[in-house]
Formats: sequence, structure tokens, C-alpha cells
Amino acid sequence: MNHLPQAWGRPRDDIYGAYDASYLQQNGPNQHTQSPIVTGTSVVALKFKDGVVIAADNLASYGSLARFTDVKRLRKFADTSVVGFGGDVSDMQYLDRLLQSLDTEEAYSASGHTLNANNLHKYLSKVLYNRRSDFNPLWNTLLVAGLDEHDKPFLASADLLGTTFSSPSLATGFGAHLAQPLLRKVAPDEEATAKLTKEAALEAVKESMKVLFYRDARSMDKYSIAVITKDGIDLKENEQLEKQSWAFAEQIRGYGTQVN
Amino acid sequence: MTSIGTGYDLSNSVFSPDGRNFQVEYAVKAVENGGTSVGIKCKDGVVLAVEKIITSKLLKAGANKRIATIDRHMGAVSSGLVPDGRHFVSRARDEAASWRNVYKTPITTADLASRMGGYLQAYTLYSSVRPFGITAIVAGYDSEQELPVDGQVGSGPSIGSGGKVEGKKYGGPGLYMIEPSGLYWGYYGAATGKGRQVAKAELEKLDLAAGKLSLLDGVKEAARIIYVAHDDNKDKEFELEMTWISNLDGPTKGRHEEVPKDILEEAENLAKKALEGEDDEEEEKPAEGDKMEE
Repeated sequence: MNHLPQAWGRPRDDIYGAYDASYLQQNGPNQHTQSPIVTGTSVVALKFKDGVVIAADNLASYGSLARFTDVKRLRKFADTSVVGFGGDVSDMQYLDRLLQSLDTEEAYSASGHTLNANNLHKYLSKVLYNRRSDFNPLWNTLLVAGLDEHDKPFLASADLLGTTFSSPSLATGFGAHLAQPLLRKVAPDEEATAKLTKEAALEAVKESMKVLFYRDARSMDKYSIAVITKDGIDLKENEQLEKQSWAFAEQIRGYGTQVN
Repeated sequence: MTSIGTGYDLSNSVFSPDGRNFQVEYAVKAVENGGTSVGIKCKDGVVLAVEKIITSKLLKAGANKRIATIDRHMGAVSSGLVPDGRHFVSRARDEAASWRNVYKTPITTADLASRMGGYLQAYTLYSSVRPFGITAIVAGYDSEQELPVDGQVGSGPSIGSGGKVEGKKYGGPGLYMIEPSGLYWGYYGAATGKGRQVAKAELEKLDLAAGKLSLLDGVKEAARIIYVAHDDNKDKEFELEMTWISNLDGPTKGRHEEVPKDILEEAENLAKKALEGEDDEEEEKPAEGDKMEE
């Protein structure tokens, strides 16, 4: 008789044959997100003196296929904030529901306080860090734009690793390489944002969206743009890129020697 | 109540020989002692109001809310045992959240009333539980617009959700009252608690079925009705708590919110004025009587 604990409650080998432990093996489907499937590309945002401008295009790609062309990746939360989602779209939908229920529960507490962008960013970054620590990340890069508890412009990012930072201008994914240099020309530091007008900020963000469309193969010319100020959120979800310059293309012939 | 004292009223879920559940009827007695609650369905929203008796000067004014929000677009108020009311609200919030989880859309007032009616009815089925000592009024505004599903991506089919008939109006205000038995009906105007008789009489005068009363007028009427219903026990001070839900174009944008302070105060002043008018009339009558005796 085997008295070792691992044999307790098991049929005896000498009578029933060796124990068939095959069912204990876990070789079913892995339920962790290991890579994003349907994805959104860059989100760009810029602070100005009274608020924040944030933009993202309306495309969700399926690999290199431009699969969904009407996906709104800017979402309003808690009256004064907009979250811009890059990365996996199904994880974005999950976060959307999560924030929706957070908003509902927040309204239940009779404190009279409402969530501001700062609270929202802190909450999201903790969710993201917790999930990556479970080796089951939410495959997103987020920009949280809005107003903080003092009604000052707030802009910060959070990603699937739980990394967070803030800056006068922010851009995720491709935008970090192409848009950020342009935005930094307009607002190199906090002093510059304190002087920046809404019009100038809008102009800079729209220009960045255009540059991104020129050079990012996973981008689209239809986009959403939101301006968050004390007066509320002005979210436009069906904007079209304007004034693209392609006239020069006619002049290009061959790669060097071809003349006609 | 012929069967009282014969043992049929000692345990919940016991039928008396004439088919009644006395424990449920005793629960109704608890409701009849509670502060008056009123709900009015208007053409563009719903109003909830409750009379809160001030039992002590040590109670902070404006604190101790009795009307609760469920999801974002519904409210509930109850008369009777206050903790039972809290439990009711807690369950209603769970139901609304679970509906959202399954259907990805806010629960309608009718569906919530149905679920809560079922929940209260379950507490009349076993001797191991007691019925709810409350009658609850549930109000909500179901959006008439096609709301985006939570986390929805894209705009969906242009022809709208399946099963919708063209030309038919969907959504709108909802008002339900649920009794300790689990019985619930939809109402144009609902009242419960101590002053329910007076309140109901006042509600009937409003011709709510015509659907012409505006939300703002509804607020004023609700305040007045609470004041009129309180008139019977004037010796006790009370505080009026009022909330409303408008349509998406209205002041609350489809959400359940407290009535703003200025509107509440205006409604209360009008209510007081209306009562003073009535009192004057009452005072005049006995004066005439005195003259006749002379």
C-alpha cells in the first residue's frame, strides 16, 4: 500500500493498473492574449492653454488588411475626459465596458465628486499593470486626455506593460516617430503649451494626422478628433484629411536615368 | 380578516383558508406607516419625490438620501422599512449591471420592474424569509434613440436593430410601483406611504393619461402633492427630496439626477403657497358657521 499523499484517493496501481493522468494535462487552447489581432494605429494628442486636442483615425486593421473602416477609437468618459485607444480593438471594447461600469458605480456614491482625467489615467494604468503582471496583458496603448482635479489640461499615456508618462504632446505607435517631432516644434515644453491657442493646437494635430496618413501603411484618411476644455468635449468622429499634396507625383519618373 | 388569531398569520408563505398570505398583508402595514413617496410620469420624463420626516434636529439637512440611482437612467424610491429599501436598490443595481453584461445595453424600466417584482415575490414563498416591508416606485427613461452598444465598434447596420418596426415609437418614460407581494403595475402617477390616499386623489386630478404634463410642471406637482399629503400630520417637520429623469434633449439628458436646488426651491415655494391658499379657504368656512350661530 502506498501511503504517500499524492496517492491518496487514487485507485491502487496493483489492482487497477497505472493511473491514467492524461486528463490532467492542459493542452487546450491558450486563453491569454498573446498578440493583437484587430488593431488600431497611432493616437496623437497635444495640450494647449485651456485644454487638450486628441485624434485617432477610424481604421481597425486585420494584419495588413484594412478590415474595419468605421471604428471610433476616441471615447468619452466621466464628462471631462477622452481616452484614445491604440492596439487591440477587442481589448479596447473590454476596457470601454470596464470604464462604463466604473462610471456607473461612481455615480452611486453620493459624494458629489466625479472622475477626472487624472483619476481615470491612474485607474487604467493600474489595470494594465495588473494584467501584464498576470502575463495576460490588455494589448493597448492609451492616451488619456482631459482636465485634472484643478481643471488644468491633463495628458498622459499608459501601455500594455503598465508604463506611464506624460508630456505636453504625446503620440503612440507610429505617431511617436512621425507626429511627436512635429508636435514638439509647436510645444517643446510646458511653458509653450501654456501660450498655445486652441487653433494652433488643432492645426498641429491635423497636420500630424496628415503626415501619418502619408507614411503609415496601417492608417486611413478618415479620423476622429476631440477638443476637451472646461466648456466640455467637442468630439467629431467623421473628419476627412484635407489639402493633401500629390501634385508633385507627376514629375517623378523612374529612379535616376529614365527621362520619359 | 377572519383568520387572525387562528395561526395562519404566524409564518410566511402560509395560505389562510380564504387564500391569503397574512404575513404579506402585515408587511403592507409597515409600508402604510412610512413617509409618502410619489412618482409622476410626464411626457418628456419622470419625477420621483419623497417626504422625509425629520425625527431629530441632529440630522444633517440634505444628507441621508432616500432616492437612489440605478444604472444611469433609472431611479427608485420606497416607503416602509428603509433598510429593506436599501436592499431593494442594491439588488436592482446588480440586476441592471448583469443585464448590461449579458445584453450590452441598458436595461429598460419595464424589464427592471419585472425582475424586481420577481425578486420580491420570491420573498413570499418561504417561511425562512420575511416579505419586504416596502412598496417601491421605480422610474426610468428608455432612450428613444438607437444607443450604441457598450464598447461598440463601427456604426452597425444602417437600418437599426433587428425586430424594430418602422414608424413605431420606442423608448420613453417608465414608471412602476412594486408592492411587498411582488405585485407590480405600470402607472401614470404612483403614490405610497402614509399620505398615499391624499396623494392619489391629487394625482388623479392631473389627468396624466393625456400625456400632456411637462417635466418641469411634473416637478412642481410632485412637490405640491408631497406638501398636501403631509398636511395631515403637520406637527412633524419634513424634508422634500426630489429627483428627475428627462429625455436626451431635456435637462438631465436621459440620466437620473437630483432636481437642481433652484428648481427644487421654486417648486417648494409654489407648494407652500398653494397650501396657504387652501388653508385660507378652510379658515373662511368655519368663520361663516360662527356667524350663523350668532
